[in-house]
Order: sequence, then structure tokens, then C-alpha cells
Amino acid sequence: MTLLAVKNLTVAFPTRTGVFEAVRGVSFTVGKERLGIVGESGSGKSMTGRAILRLIRPPGRIIADGITLAGEDLLTMTERQMRKVRGQRISMVMQDPKFSLNPVMTIGEQMTEAYALHDHQGNANARARATEMLERVLIRDPERVMRAYPHELSGGMGQRVMIAMMLIPNPEILIADEPTSALDVSVQTQVLQIMDRLVHEQGMGLIFISHDLNLVASFCDRVLIMYAGRIVETLRADALHDAEHPYTKGLLNSLPRLDAPAERLEVLTRDPAWHAAPSVEGNG
Amino acid sequence: MNALAIEHLDVWFADGADRVDAVKDASFSVEAGGSFGLVGESGSGKSTILKAITGLVPTWSGRIAVNGTDLGAKRDRQFYSTVQMVFQDPYASLHPRHSVDQMLTETLSLHRIPDANTRIPQLLADVGLGPSFRFRYPHQLSGGQRQRVAIARALASNPSILLLDEPTSALDVSVQAEILNLLNDLRSANNLTFLMVSHNLAVVSHMCSRVAVMQDGAIVEVMTVEDMRALNPSHDYTRHLLNAALGYRPEGAPPPT
Repeated sequence: MTLLAVKNLTVAFPTRTGVFEAVRGVSFTVGKERLGIVGESGSGKSMTGRAILRLIRPPGRIIADGITLAGEDLLTMTERQMRKVRGQRISMVMQDPKFSLNPVMTIGEQMTEAYALHDHQGNANARARATEMLERVLIRDPERVMRAYPHELSGGMGQRVMIAMMLIPNPEILIADEPTSALDVSVQTQVLQIMDRLVHEQGMGLIFISHDLNLVASFCDRVLIMYAGRIVETLRADALHDAEHPYTKGLLNSLPRLDAPAERLEVLTRDPAWHAAPSVEGNG
Repeated sequence: MNALAIEHLDVWFADGADRVDAVKDASFSVEAGGSFGLVGESGSGKSTILKAITGLVPTWSGRIAVNGTDLGAKRDRQFYSTVQMVFQDPYASLHPRHSVDQMLTETLSLHRIPDANTRIPQLLADVGLGPSFRFRYPHQLSGGQRQRVAIARALASNPSILLLDEPTSALDVSVQAEILNLLNDLRSANNLTFLMVSHNLAVVSHMCSRVAVMQDGAIVEVMTVEDMRALNPSHDYTRHLLNAALGYRPEGAPPPT
């Protein structure tokens, strides 16, 4: 079942040297699955995630034939209607907790603020729920973390707090933009398991934006590979290592591998033709 | 001879009730021309060891010796021309309002190396940047180019030991490959000794020949890369790290054998 459908999405920014298109005509759908979007910095993967929530600031523009969430077009909604979608129906976990947490509020205040906004059920209840979510993302001492300010937490802790906060309202879609790149491997596994469970048990759709090909190959169901604002290839995640596009292959080969020692790492050479090639449809 | 010898190193922050023991009784050594990796999760103390070596943390005890000479509380100029460090985030480690030329000129004058005008283009060439990069500012450089400038700055004093603190974790994988290749080339060309901190076991296995695994400030195991590649750890925590590095496993799935 399709939860979210994106049709012919373009994100454009006017610059002194003409209009720059960060995303160029991308179409894909998300069901109750783990959809990975992989690419390097500048490939447009984060912009795609932000555009779904209409988080592109003017003069940047979002142009699309439609971004539909369960049949409703997000593009025609008013700002007021959009605020109900953001956080409640589609949540987003950003890359860096340093910039997404409010530095002058305690974690507890921030988490309960979000919950109070969504559920209107009183403070004690909100605190209990926030503590519970912190426990679910495997924070050992949630009471202490609730009293802490963001600068008192490590990067990994901050990111787990962000994920806990985003999961509080039980969203239909979670857009996770490099959610685990600041985390340690063992915590990463645990956080991924939490998201995995939400997809399986609550039928949440997950858009997992990442640059880590191996992680996406082992975690997601389906993968879109983006290059220069377009989708160059779409694959089942378990078939990622059989990728055919030279860009995908180049990325895979440039990774050092634990199981296969190499004297030198392969360096990706970019073909200008990749830039001009049309976008591939990413429908599930 | 060992380029670096660390014995019973303790590093702590603050005192009294707030005291945090960041490194506990760490010992290892790196032979001249060798490459040694420190792996572990955040907070395990791996970067703190680098900071203690460079003198960025004054509160340590134990023995740190560079080329056979014990270090005291202060570091002299000789130390800094022997030991240099490359930091994790090239977006944070370069002065945003200094051009590449200013940065390298300042570094060279601090090391009292004359003739910056010929040395700078040479340094840039060593890290694979053309002379056109000399008068650029950091915002005019990509992440990989910035890290190359940071490496050029570290090489300015002709050091024999480079401390690398997650040098590629802020970079794209294709750029990571370029930087790791560059570091390996520089190591063999200049006979450098590397002490590299990383959380990425694949990167460490590519770069280093021996690896110390750290947990909660203590070194739990020192192993060769061959043992690591063969997934043959002797400590449970190392096994846990190796399993996690092999990719995501759903809950309850058996570990790979």
C-alpha cells in the first residue's frame, strides 16, 4: 500500500548565476517499508526529504506534480494544515542533534513540549511518556537526561533524544536524515531495531536517507540511489551489491572492507553523462 | 625503536565528585614507521589519548614517550615539529577568515621555517592541490579539499608522527577513499608513523597494522589486523563491535559466523 507518493519533484534555488536545481524531477512512492535514499553530499537526498515536509525556505521553490500523503496533496495545503502534518503524521529526524535541539531548554522541557502540543494530556503524563521513549531508545538514565541541557549530552545521546522525540506522536511516515551517522555502531544497531519495529508493528513508512551503502543494504527493503538531483538507479536492498549503474558500483568499490583487504582504494571517476541521464522512477 | 610509547596512562577531567576518568591505565607502543589504530565507541577515551599526547589535556599521569624521550607537563617547539595532528572535521579545524596561504604562512612561521613562498606550493602539491588553491578561503573548498589543506598544515613542519583523529568521518565515501590513499602515500613517501583514531573498523583495518580496542577508558584488547579480518577477537566487546560493523541484523537474528 502506498502511504506517500512523490511525483516529478524539483527543488530549485535562484542564484546569481541562474536557477540551481538541487532535485531534478524525482518520482517515487513509499509504502509500509524501509525505503533507503543513498547518495553523496550534494546529491539532493536531504532536499528531497525536506521538500516532502515543505521545509524549503524561499527563495527556494518546490515544484512537483504532487506530493500525496494517503491521498491528500501536501502541496495545496495551507501553512496551518501543514503544521498538523509536520511532527504528527510525518516526523523528521535530522542529521545533527547539535543544530536540532534547543540549546537553552532542558531535554525534558523539549520532549514534553512536543508531546503536550500533540496530545493535550497534562504534564505528568507527558513526562512519563517522554521518560518511556528515552528508555526505548536505550538511554540508561532517563531521569538525569531529562534534566540535562543539550550541551551536556554526547552526540550519540543527543541523536537518541531526537529520535525519541520524533517517535512520541506515532507518525505515519518517519523521514530519517542520516539518523545514525553520529552514533556508535552498537547504539546504531539498537536505534535501527527500534525503527524496524515501528515499521513492522505500527505500519510506519520509513524514508531512510544515508550515505552509508552497507548499512542501507542490510537495513532497508528498497533503495533509491541519487546523483546530482536525480535517481540513477532503484534496487531491492539485498541486491545492492549487484548494482549495475557505474556510480553505484563506484561508491561500493571505494569503501574499505573488513573482509577484503586492498592495497589502494578505488577512486570514483564521474562521467558527465550521469548528470544528463533522466531520473529513474522509484515506485515500489 | 618505538616512535611512540604509552605506559600506564591515566587521563582525568575535573576533580572531586565530578571527576571523570577518561583513560585508565592505557599502555601501547607504535614502532617508527608503523601505523596503529585506536577504535572504540564515543566516550571510550580514544581521542583523549591523542589530546594527552599533544598536550591539550594537562591532567594526565603515566608515561608518554616520543622517539624515546619522556614528555613532561609542557611541550616544546621540537615536540610540535615532530608530532602533528589532523582533526576530524575540516569544516571546524580551518579558520574561516584565513586563506590557505595565511594559514600555512602562519604555521611555517610558528615553526620558524623560512621561505614560505616556495614551501607553500610544494606543500599543496604534496597533498594533491594545485597552486590555484593557495589564495582560497575555506568556504571556497569542498570537504575533501579542506581536509587536504589540514593535512598540508600538519605536514608543514616535516613531522615524523601524525595523529589522525577520525580524519575521514566527515567526508563522502568516494572522498574518503581519496584521503585514505593520500595518507598512505604520504606515509610511505615520508616514512611517517600514524596513530589513528576511528570508530570505523573497516577504515582502521585498511590503514593500520595493529589496533587497540577501547571501552570505557580502558584498552580491552590489542590485536593485529589479520586477527581482526579473520573475526578472531579474544574479548567479547571486540566481538560485539565486529558484529555491529558487519551491517544491520534484525532483532534475534543469529550473529554471522
